[in-house]
Amino acid sequence: MTDIQFELNGQSVTAGAEESLLDVCKRFNIEVPHLCNHPSLRADGNCRACMVEIEGERALAPSCRRNPLPGMKVNTDSLRAKRAQQGVLKMLESTLSGNVYTLEDELRQWQKKGGQKKQEQKKQGRQKTDCEIVHKVKAGAGVVDSSHPAIDFHIDACILCTRCVRACREVQVNNVIGLSDRGGRTRIVFDFNDLLGDSRCVGCGECVQVCPTGALSNKNGVDMLCADKKIDSVCPYCGVGCLLTYHVKDNQIIKVQGRDGPANHNRLCVKGRYGFDYIHHPERLQRPMIRKQGVPKGLNEYFDPAEPLKMFREVSWEEALDHAADTLLSIREGDGLHALAGFGSAKGSNEEAYLFQKLVRVAFGNNNVDHCTRLCHASSVAALLEGVGSGAVSNQVEDVRHADVIIVIGSNTTGNHPVAATFIKQAQKAGSTLVVIDPRRKGLADQADCFLQFKPDSDVALLNAMLHTVIEEGLIDEEFIAGRTRDYDLIRQNVADFSAEEMASICGVPAEKIREVARLYASAGNAIIFWGMGVSQHIHGTDNVRCLISLCMLCGQIGRPGTGLHPLRGQNNVQGASDAGLIPMMYPDYQRVDGPGVREKFEAAWQALLDPAPGLTVVEIMHAIHAHSIRGLYIMGENPAMSDPNLNETRTALTQLKHLVVQDIFLTETCAFADVVLPATAWPEKNGTVTNTDRRVQMGRRAVDSPGEAKADSWIIQQIAQRMGVRGFDQSVPQVYEEMRSLMPSITGISWDRVEQNESVTYPCVDASDPGQGVVFVDTFPTDDGKARLVPARLSAADERPDADYPFVLMTGRMLEHWHTGSMTRRSRVLDEIEPVPVVDVHPQDLEQLGVMPGAEVVISSRRGTLRSHARAEPAMQRGEIFLPFCFVEAAANLLTNEALDPFGKIPEFKYCAVTLEPAE
Amino acid sequence: MTEKKRKRNKYWHPKGRALLPAAVEDIDALLAADAPRRDLLIEFLHKIQDQYGCLHVDHLHALAAWMKLAPVEIMEVASFYHHFDIVQSGGFAPPPLTVRVCDSISCMLSGAEALINALETSESSEKLRIQRVPCVGRCDQAPVAVLGQNPLLQATPERVALAINENQIECEILSSTLAGYVNDSQGYAYYRSCLDGEHSVEEVIECLEDSGLRGLGGAGFPVGRKWRILREQIGPRWIAVNIDEGEPGTFKDREILEQQPHSLLEGLLIAAWAIESERCVLYVRDEYPAIRQALQTAVDELTTWADFDLPEIQIRRGAGAYICGEESAMLESIEGKRGFPRQRPPFIAERGLFGQPTLEHNAESLYWIPQLLQQGAGGFKASGMNGRSGLRRYSLSGRVKRPGVYLAPAGISVRELIDTYGKGMLDGHVFYGYLPGGASGGILPASLGDVPLDFDTLQEYGCFIGSAAVIVFSKQDRARDIALNAMRFFAHESCGQCTPCRVGTVQAAQLMEENQWPMDELEQLACVMEDASICGLGQAAPNPLRCVMKYFPAEVGND
Repeated sequence: MTDIQFELNGQSVTAGAEESLLDVCKRFNIEVPHLCNHPSLRADGNCRACMVEIEGERALAPSCRRNPLPGMKVNTDSLRAKRAQQGVLKMLESTLSGNVYTLEDELRQWQKKGGQKKQEQKKQGRQKTDCEIVHKVKAGAGVVDSSHPAIDFHIDACILCTRCVRACREVQVNNVIGLSDRGGRTRIVFDFNDLLGDSRCVGCGECVQVCPTGALSNKNGVDMLCADKKIDSVCPYCGVGCLLTYHVKDNQIIKVQGRDGPANHNRLCVKGRYGFDYIHHPERLQRPMIRKQGVPKGLNEYFDPAEPLKMFREVSWEEALDHAADTLLSIREGDGLHALAGFGSAKGSNEEAYLFQKLVRVAFGNNNVDHCTRLCHASSVAALLEGVGSGAVSNQVEDVRHADVIIVIGSNTTGNHPVAATFIKQAQKAGSTLVVIDPRRKGLADQADCFLQFKPDSDVALLNAMLHTVIEEGLIDEEFIAGRTRDYDLIRQNVADFSAEEMASICGVPAEKIREVARLYASAGNAIIFWGMGVSQHIHGTDNVRCLISLCMLCGQIGRPGTGLHPLRGQNNVQGASDAGLIPMMYPDYQRVDGPGVREKFEAAWQALLDPAPGLTVVEIMHAIHAHSIRGLYIMGENPAMSDPNLNETRTALTQLKHLVVQDIFLTETCAFADVVLPATAWPEKNGTVTNTDRRVQMGRRAVDSPGEAKADSWIIQQIAQRMGVRGFDQSVPQVYEEMRSLMPSITGISWDRVEQNESVTYPCVDASDPGQGVVFVDTFPTDDGKARLVPARLSAADERPDADYPFVLMTGRMLEHWHTGSMTRRSRVLDEIEPVPVVDVHPQDLEQLGVMPGAEVVISSRRGTLRSHARAEPAMQRGEIFLPFCFVEAAANLLTNEALDPFGKIPEFKYCAVTLEPAE
Repeated sequence: MTEKKRKRNKYWHPKGRALLPAAVEDIDALLAADAPRRDLLIEFLHKIQDQYGCLHVDHLHALAAWMKLAPVEIMEVASFYHHFDIVQSGGFAPPPLTVRVCDSISCMLSGAEALINALETSESSEKLRIQRVPCVGRCDQAPVAVLGQNPLLQATPERVALAINENQIECEILSSTLAGYVNDSQGYAYYRSCLDGEHSVEEVIECLEDSGLRGLGGAGFPVGRKWRILREQIGPRWIAVNIDEGEPGTFKDREILEQQPHSLLEGLLIAAWAIESERCVLYVRDEYPAIRQALQTAVDELTTWADFDLPEIQIRRGAGAYICGEESAMLESIEGKRGFPRQRPPFIAERGLFGQPTLEHNAESLYWIPQLLQQGAGGFKASGMNGRSGLRRYSLSGRVKRPGVYLAPAGISVRELIDTYGKGMLDGHVFYGYLPGGASGGILPASLGDVPLDFDTLQEYGCFIGSAAVIVFSKQDRARDIALNAMRFFAHESCGQCTPCRVGTVQAAQLMEENQWPMDELEQLACVMEDASICGLGQAAPNPLRCVMKYFPAEVGND
């Protein structure tokens, strides 16, 4: 960038050609009032507070909208400029009621500064900070739209700067807020001048974060509270890994703000911003507990998360830990080395995941350790490891900027990775072609340039038809195929009978549209594929991903910015937990348990004898419990009694255990089967690293103290390990990380201190000077021969297809407001207020045909279970297909789901089973 | 619905309003022949408004879904333009008939207020909606009431009642003009000779430069230079023609287009040839339905008749927004958006319509071009008075005997205009002051009645000629009333984008109602508006106010 020399208030200064005059002023500590300008937003220049005088120009110029030119003479404090700046502030003030809704009211701050100089001349008194000034809100507060559970809109404080409009439209790309009318009647509206709570608002709160005057503010006056401290951390929800700041007062988080992390650039979603208060919920576990004598296990009349003492008695940590560890030990000794298993958690830190798998491997003496990755992307990881030698994403989400074509398949990104979706939506608005492939017309589909609403279960047919098209039409990248892949012939032969025309009826998509998408993808300069659980949670999930890999490879769309394969990871630390070895067949960094020399390396490092055989996966462990070959289970932060398929079976299995230790922050449904319950810490109560979907290692920090006697998970694991008589469980969290790093080549270059300092570092990272490799597979793949292996896939049907008895297809998944099994989000006021009751999405015409009004109760049954839910009329559905989120304990979707497994990834078929749908009496 | 029920009801549907199948059917049927182009949004809104008499929110929702736009994007545009009536679910549609009474300066001087009062108290007022509207471009026939699309000239309550009874709601249909233009004026001959290579672009531009022809919409940018700038830009280039004259007191474009639209079209073709543009848009204010139809007829006739290639010529319909006469706001409106003026740089010659270099001309500027090129610049240049050069069309209205559009030598003074063209002041009226350039050009006293009226001659008096809309008032009028009318007009027509104009016009109008004007406060407002507004509307809005304080202090102060 060329530097520009110009004159600013008589001083010669240098600036970048693209730098706004306002930014130059900020850099030189020259204060120019500004209100509509905000660093995360496009400069608009409508408030006219930042006017400056440019020599030779007739009118003044808005400094936020002008760049310097060589020799330009700019004056920010001439009489004219000052008159305009102060005049605008005064005009704006005159339109407001005077009510104050935020401590950080920028209009007041600028006015104070404007008047400050005069005051300073009068007396050199200490300026009071905002927190010291008690704001008196004028009586008869202005008209307020308080219809939204999280956000209030006070029109009497609105200065029409349109920051909220730009935030909603251009940053989050939700497009709910706009300007209505004109002139003096101009006002901010939502949708068609609807109440905010009735609008399409998704509650991301970006508008609140950027509003300069608190016209849009957080509910309950929290913006008028002065935080004791502000702690920088990471969001505890999804895999996007948004950096945020906790505002803490009296050991309570009062609000959360987005921070400029590489994965979120100040953005958050409704969960990240408003879903923090679960940690202060009265049902938090505060003391260790042991099951009362004679109280039966199960979701019975003794089970009540609000009154745990019906089922348990409180004990000291000493007693709880002794009891937990002693019983585990006695099972190991009595029932053998393979009679114990552990479920770790993708919600904890890397260090906790690492400690947990180490505990199972060293203290339990086997590899029966798994976690929820098995239920989300196990098939993706299986296919990726087989195909390209690495289970992580090849390119980061932010790469969409460089993509000419973006394919999103089987992912409700706006609901499940809302902030990642904002980057995709922005890229589309900036000109990238967005293709969305999904059975449901949700979220991104509305903005897609091309939307394929295919039939569930037809992924292989669709993707093979695309492979067929690119081969038949000569769109493949022959050089790439020859140089960087093997087994192309297998693919060519395999898809020979998969023409788009043949597959069209199977997929429910016209052949020409299939071909169009194939052509778009193949002929794009750069094209990237994102996918979610719609692809992976099938018994042919691995095959689905194999097809995606083949498509990517045949078209040479990998190894460059804006290309590649990105399975959107679900949990905040599912990448990290997998990396840390929380999987039964691999040690940390995907080093195979049965790989040559690997076990020996870890035995040396951990000073223990390790089991040479890979362990069991989540559902296999459940089966083994059923078969009484596993007798003791230690669960850290998972909730299989809600999250596993065919819950009636799962729950029966859990009752069979001789000993179940559950460590969690609430009395989850799984605790109903526990012998010992250990109160753990929530994410904002501890320090540790997490790894997001982009392979970024990021720092989480303790913001508040944990309630009662709740303890950090790492401490609990270490206590149990020590009591089970093994060594190497006495380090601090940073020490645990450093031990982990010594065993994980991919993060060699990322020390604890580096994460602490940089907040976020991408792996692979070979040394301290390596910035981290955002794009991998540039020249080679981490396979034996450096080439990608192409694996063909044949058509295979879902395990259970609809029939006359069970005519509807049931898909399960998440919803924007509720996280997984709901243990956190249903205890968050805002989130539960937005989605308080179980709903099943049904096509409006199906409802009509059933004679069911929207909102009426319906009964849904499968061969495995039955439940009741309210019906939601959802035009996004196709006829004959229904969608049920699995977060509602009152209507636990997994009572219905099928536990049939993908043979490679061992992932259950959550996305397809046959059910009936009937009106409830 | 109770609050509780409303709250609960929303869980049973996806977030936001539910799309009504019936509304979707209506929109599908109405727009069956259209492609959902974003830039046509305002055209679609017109179709709905014309068909249903208003914009039901449910229709707008269906339109949003069809266009793949967010509801609020439709809301923003529909609510910006005054000719659209948004009706919320369960709300009442406006009465089937609307009479729009102009209350801008010339009509005000001719008794618009009394007319409005009479209409509001008349029997028919219940089935009738009476709207005050800004200038409808017929100031020579003031006061004007527009029934439906039919302008009633020199309107009286009786005349309006008669028109209502006889359902005279359509505008006049202007007769075809192609034959006359081709036969009598050698129409399109010059353009044909350009195509045939008889003239070079350089020669054409030089002729225009030589003539001194400047943009006649108000800004007065030299036409030839504009073309040169456009030719330096990388194409594709657009041409946009501004037929949105809304400056109170201006009606010259309407008059010339009623007489001869083909002259404009030939000017347009020559411009398109010169700057190598293949796409042109004519933006016609919604107050001129007859002109819009005449232009459409003229384009169709030309397309049929012409044995040469034509650039694409689209005609777009405004929707009641003075600000869309501002060149960049007009482009926004053509793109189907709110009429928000853009900030410069970049200038529209560099990045205009759809981000492409755009040549924008006022209708009259193009109208002059065939004539100038055919006859040479000499005659035009040689005209002029009081040391000025060229010819201008003055829209003369107010207290004169014969208001109208007059082609007069540039530099003519208002006294000469009144006497020579206006046939003197109305009987019983004594010349007291005048507005040389509509509402925004300022107000001058009779003592400055000999100043030449042209570009660049009025700055020193705090005024400008603009579109040469000269409104004359007499000692029976008060300058302060006229200034207040102008300020209310600006407040009504401000787009609301920037603070100085949005807030300043409203506040100034309030202060100007006071018997004694708070001069300091008004001057402060004026400074901020002039210095800090985004576009000419806000920058010029203080002109009449300042002129009153300067030239008519006795009306507003102590002295």
